[in-house]
Amino acid sequence: MTKHQLTNAIRSCAERGDKAFVPYIMAGDDGLATLKKTILFLQEIGVTAIELGIPFSDPVADGPVIQAAGERALAHGVTLRSVMEEIATFKEEIKVPLVFMTYVNPVIQYGLEQFVKDCRTNGISGLIIPDLPLEENGFMKEALAASDIALIPLVSLTSPPDRIKKITASAEGFIYAVTVNGITGVRDSFDEDLGVHFEKLKAISPVPVLAGFGISTPAQVQSMGELADGVIVGSAIVTALHQGALETVKELVKAAKSEARIQKVTK
Amino acid sequence: MVKNIDVTQSAQPGRYGKFGGQFVPETLMTALLELEEAYESALADPQFEEEMKHYLKDFVGRETPLYFAEQLTKKAGGAKIYLKREDLNHTGAHKINNSLGQALLATRMGKKKVVAETGAGQHGVATATVCALFDLECTIFMGKEDIRRQELNVFRMELLGAKVVSVDQGAGTLKDAVNEALRHWVTNVDDTHYILGSALGPHPFPKMVRNFQRIIGVETRQQILEKEQRLPDAIVACVGGGSNAIGMFHPFVEDESVALYGVEAAGSGVDSGLHSVAIAGGKAGVLHGAYMYLLQDDNGFVQEAYSISAGLDYPAIGPEHCHLHETGRVTYTSVTDKGALEALQLLSRTEGIIPALESSHAVKYAVDLASEMAEDEVIVICLSGRGDKDVETVRDALGGNAND
Repeated sequence: MTKHQLTNAIRSCAERGDKAFVPYIMAGDDGLATLKKTILFLQEIGVTAIELGIPFSDPVADGPVIQAAGERALAHGVTLRSVMEEIATFKEEIKVPLVFMTYVNPVIQYGLEQFVKDCRTNGISGLIIPDLPLEENGFMKEALAASDIALIPLVSLTSPPDRIKKITASAEGFIYAVTVNGITGVRDSFDEDLGVHFEKLKAISPVPVLAGFGISTPAQVQSMGELADGVIVGSAIVTALHQGALETVKELVKAAKSEARIQKVTK
Repeated sequence: MVKNIDVTQSAQPGRYGKFGGQFVPETLMTALLELEEAYESALADPQFEEEMKHYLKDFVGRETPLYFAEQLTKKAGGAKIYLKREDLNHTGAHKINNSLGQALLATRMGKKKVVAETGAGQHGVATATVCALFDLECTIFMGKEDIRRQELNVFRMELLGAKVVSVDQGAGTLKDAVNEALRHWVTNVDDTHYILGSALGPHPFPKMVRNFQRIIGVETRQQILEKEQRLPDAIVACVGGGSNAIGMFHPFVEDESVALYGVEAAGSGVDSGLHSVAIAGGKAGVLHGAYMYLLQDDNGFVQEAYSISAGLDYPAIGPEHCHLHETGRVTYTSVTDKGALEALQLLSRTEGIIPALESSHAVKYAVDLASEMAEDEVIVICLSGRGDKDVETVRDALGGNAND
């Protein structure tokens, strides 16, 4: 799928009155053999896109839950290469946009050209590379220029207005708006000024804005969804999938749908 | 592929040739830009320089002597060997030069909290010390394995009022401690400064740490000119991340007559797989915010480093060193655990100086080098730290027999 299809998938949620819901999963948590089943399950229950995490030895942007999932995947011998090969075996069955979340070093060692080529072959719509800020993403932009793969930028609460402008100006796919200072993981509360932050962000962004980091309950999916165009849920999904708690996953996804939103408003 | 990175990015700030950069999460970028600004404004402020001078002299005890090691020279039977005595600094190593500078910077930025990583504990102790001095709340991340190896340093940090947090992830060594320190910093970036201990990490850290450590080379230059009326023929320093080495080398980089040697830790031997030799045993990649030589597998996963000395136990080498290797200006080599232990014993016996295990790597290489040089030549060793912290490790390694 293309970066435009990724953007459109999120926009068409809004047309239906839904909010976009993008689950993060760790590729190869419990081994790569279950990856297909997990992806097909998620698309079956109506997720907007899937963020597929690639395990890394030094995941500095990740909290304890995703670190642990990454360590399990590494113990299963999962690598960027093996994930790419596994995706290739069922790519025709994947109907939702797939986005890789990977640290930059595995991509460099894979070989940039080969990586982009394999992503295109396997229909990867976008890349989230948390250790590749604006200052360093030039080579990746260049490598992706001829492709239809989005380099999805992160915007943080600490990014000042001028910087946010620069980041959004070249944004593709969607904006990953980090909702807390810190690493991925479950949070009890969020900053009260988030509403203002998202208003400004949405006003200048040419692509949809999704909220991520710390969103772990259906209530948070709803409240964050109201602020943004949708949400990304990581640690809570990873935990639920690892425990086989599929109902929990369904409830999280449902919370982004219009029925749930209407119920909340009328309550 | 990797070439693309060199070509398109070398104009960015904080690059040493193709190495360096700012490969960090967006949440940290603003803190890095602020830090750079604060650092540049401090550099332009004569008051900052005065403060540094004052604390370096009266608190740290600088300048440190450049000592002619006559007995060691006789033993080696070649070039005259001088020792730059960074081991005589307050807290026992060069680390405090940098911790002091960054703590002063933190107070200028109005940050009340400090986070740091430590391997051997030297940087942790130095940071805990300056935090006590400037009343900064101090959290030190230290690998579980290093805590075991350096138990007394943990207690020293706690005596100084720091909170030491054990890091269980990975092999529980320096790399893992840096990961946790970065995570802590991302989460507390509003009120916390990260005092990175080596010439590593995202820009502006490699530049800032090097400049705070440059005093080693600046003093050495002046001292050797006084004592020998000429520059040395060779300078040798150990390299983990590389802060003492870059501080020592930098003022001599333009002097082509001075041969510079950086000594990495070969652990059980480069062929054994148990080592910390990033230059010969690694390839370029990104870790902890910088593009540099790195021990890693084909998948880009960073491998664990090994050395008997916790301070050299890091799977990469700072970006400026990578560049100095590429240009050929500095020769990077390595010494094994065994070689370092021999040198530690040799220096203890001949000069009455017990060097840190880290510095012992430099001593070993320098003694061998000196023996091949002429008697009218001069070699300087950066004795980056003292060996008190290593006595237990050394006793275990020698089977309890100091006369072996």
